[in-house]
Amino acid sequence: MSAMTFLGPVVLLLLVLGFVTIAILFERKVLGWMQGRVGPVQVGPWGLLQTVADVLKLLLKEDIIPGKADRILFKIAPVIAFVPAFAVLAVIPYTDRIVFADIGVGLLYFIAISSITTIGILVGGWSSNNKYALLGAMRSAAQMISYEIPLVMSVVGVIMAAGSLNLTEIVKAQESLWFILPQLIGFVVFFVASLAELNRTPFDLPEAESELVAGYHVEYTGFRFAFFMLAEYVYVFAMAGLTTVLYLGGWNPLFGWTFLPPIVWFAAKFLLIVFILFWIRATLPRIRLDQLMQLGWKVLLPLALVNIFLSALFKEVSGIGNFF
Amino acid sequence: MIRTEEMLLNVGPQHPSTHGVFRLLVKIDGEKITEAEPVIGYLHRGTEKLAEDLTYTQIIPYTDRMDYLSAMTNNYTIVHAAETLMEVEIPERAEFLRVIVMELNRIASHLVWFGTYLLDLGAVSPFLYAFREREEILDLFNELCGARITYNYMRVGGVKWDAPEGWIDKVKALADKMKEKTEEYDRLVSGNEIFINRTRGIGGYSADDALAYGLSGVNLRAAGVKWDLRKDRPYSIYNRFQFDVPVGETGDLEDKYRCRMEEIRQSIRILDQAVEHFPEAGPVMAKVGRVIRVPAGEAYTQIESPRGELGCYLVSRGKDKPYRLKFRRPSFNNLQILPKLLKGENVANLVAILGGIDIVLGEVDA
Repeated sequence: MSAMTFLGPVVLLLLVLGFVTIAILFERKVLGWMQGRVGPVQVGPWGLLQTVADVLKLLLKEDIIPGKADRILFKIAPVIAFVPAFAVLAVIPYTDRIVFADIGVGLLYFIAISSITTIGILVGGWSSNNKYALLGAMRSAAQMISYEIPLVMSVVGVIMAAGSLNLTEIVKAQESLWFILPQLIGFVVFFVASLAELNRTPFDLPEAESELVAGYHVEYTGFRFAFFMLAEYVYVFAMAGLTTVLYLGGWNPLFGWTFLPPIVWFAAKFLLIVFILFWIRATLPRIRLDQLMQLGWKVLLPLALVNIFLSALFKEVSGIGNFF
Repeated sequence: MIRTEEMLLNVGPQHPSTHGVFRLLVKIDGEKITEAEPVIGYLHRGTEKLAEDLTYTQIIPYTDRMDYLSAMTNNYTIVHAAETLMEVEIPERAEFLRVIVMELNRIASHLVWFGTYLLDLGAVSPFLYAFREREEILDLFNELCGARITYNYMRVGGVKWDAPEGWIDKVKALADKMKEKTEEYDRLVSGNEIFINRTRGIGGYSADDALAYGLSGVNLRAAGVKWDLRKDRPYSIYNRFQFDVPVGETGDLEDKYRCRMEEIRQSIRILDQAVEHFPEAGPVMAKVGRVIRVPAGEAYTQIESPRGELGCYLVSRGKDKPYRLKFRRPSFNNLQILPKLLKGENVANLVAILGGIDIVLGEVDA
C-alpha cells in the first residue's frame, strides 16, 4: 500500500473539482461567445471566480425540504446521483501512467456505475412530491433506459477491435489508427447516445425548462441542488473522457508529434469533445419525447447492431482486418 | 392491481413558457392532455373603463400597456378611431412616420416571438440573436420618442415628435441590415431537422375552424385565409405600398413560423418604400384644438397589429372623454382556440402550441 493509494483519489477529486470550476466557466464563456454576449466578467479577473461564487451562494442558501416530500429519499437522492459521477472517473486512463484503477473490465464498470445516477434522478423526482418533478424523473428514466442500450451496443465494436474491456488496452490498440475511422458508425451512435445519457441539448427533456420548469430538481435548493448540477457537469467530463479513450486514441499523438506530452494530447482531444458538446447546446432546439424514443429504438439501436455486424465481418477481411 | 389516474397539472400563472401571467389547468393522462382550461385575468387593469374618465390624449399611454410588444399599433388604434369621427386630415409626414414606426414595431414584435418561441422549443441562441436586432429597433424608438417599450408617440392629428436629423437614414440602414439577419435566422433555424419535427403537422386547424373561432392575423392566414387589413381594409397610407401577404395551408406551427418570418421581410419592403418616399419637410401635427373634442357618434376602426385584427369601438357623446371604448384585442380572441388545439397533445406540444398562437398577456387581459 503506497501513499498513492490513499492520496491519489483525494488529489484526483480535488483536481476534478477544480477542473469542473474552470469548465463551467468555459461553457458559459463559449455560450456567451456564440450568442453575442461576454459571459461572466464580474467576479475575479475574466470572471474566473464566478463558479466559486455560485457554489458559495448555493452553500449559503436555506435548505428547504417540501412539507409533503419523502424526507429520507429526498435527502439521499442527490448523493445517489452524485457519487457515481465521481466513481466513474477512477477508471479513465489519462495517460499510460495516470490511471487510478486499472481494472480489467473498466468499460463495463463505467457504464454500469453511471447508470446508477438514473436512480438518483428518479428518486429525487419522486420524493419531491411535485408533479413537474415527477414528470421530469419519468422522462429521465425512460430516456436513460432507451439510450443505455444503443450506447452499450455501439461500444461493442470497439471492444471487438481492441479485444479488451480494459480502457488502457483499448487506448493502446489505437496506436496505429484511432477507432473513430473504422468505427465511424459506432462513434456516431455512441456520441448521440451519450448526449442523451448526459441529458444535454437536444436531449435535455428531463429538465426542459420551458415545459417542466426545471424537471426533477425543481424542489431542490442549496447544496442539494448543487450536488445534482455538479453530478451533471462531472458526467459531461467523464463522458468526454470516455469518448476520447474509446474513439480518439486517448493519449496517442497525432502525426507522430511526440514532443507534446501524452497528457496534453489527452486534454486537447478531451477539450475538443467538450467544446462540441457546448456548441451543440448553443445551436439546437429540444427534441420531443416520442421522437426521442423513436430515434433511440428505431435508428440508433439498428445502426449499432449493423456496426457490430460490419466490425465482425471486416475483421476477417485480409488487409484491413487489423484495423477492426 | 395497478391503478392509473389522470393528473391535474396547474401550469402557471408563474411558469416560464406562459409568456406572462397566464394560467392553464390541464388534465394529463401520462403525458397526454385530455382537457385544458385557460384561466386569464391576472393582468386585468380595466383599461376600457378607465378610459371613460380620461381625455383622448390621456388614453394613449394606457394603450401602450395593452400589447406591450407592439405599443405603436396600439397607439394608432385609439388615435385612428378619434380621427375617423373627427374627420381630420393627417399631414403627409406624420402618416409616413406612423407607418414607419408601426412596421418597425411589427418587426420587433415578430422578433420577440421568434426568439421566445425557439426558447420554448429549447434553443437558446436564436433568442439572443433576435433580441440583439430588436435592441436596435428599440434604440431607434428611443431616439424618436424617448421610450423603448411604452412609446406614447402618436397623438390625435399626427405624432408627437418629428424624426430627428439622420433618423430616416438609420431606419434605412436597419432595413438593409435586417435583410441579412433574416437570412441568418433562416440558416440557423428554418431548415433544422429537429425544429421541423417539432412544428410540422402540430397544432393545425382548417380555415373554417379559424374563421369560426374568430382568429385573425397570422393565426388566420396560416390556415390559408388571405386576410390582411392593411390590404383588405387599407388604413393610413398602406394602399400606397407594395407588399405581399404570406399565407400558409394547414395552420400548423411550421406555417405560422414561415408566415411570421415572411411578414418580417414584407415589413422591411414597406420600410424601404416608406423611407424612399419620405417627405422632405412638413408638419407632423394637424390643426386640432388643444382640447380634443370628438363629435358625437360611433366608430369601429380595425387595424392589423402583429397579432391580428386590433379593433377599437369608440362611442362619443361630443365630450373630451369617450362615452365608451371597446378594444377588440386579437390575443384574447386568438386564445380561445387553445383548448381545442391542446386536446390529445402531449406536454411538450402544449408549450409549442401556446407559443405558436403568440399571445401577449397585457392584451389578453387588458
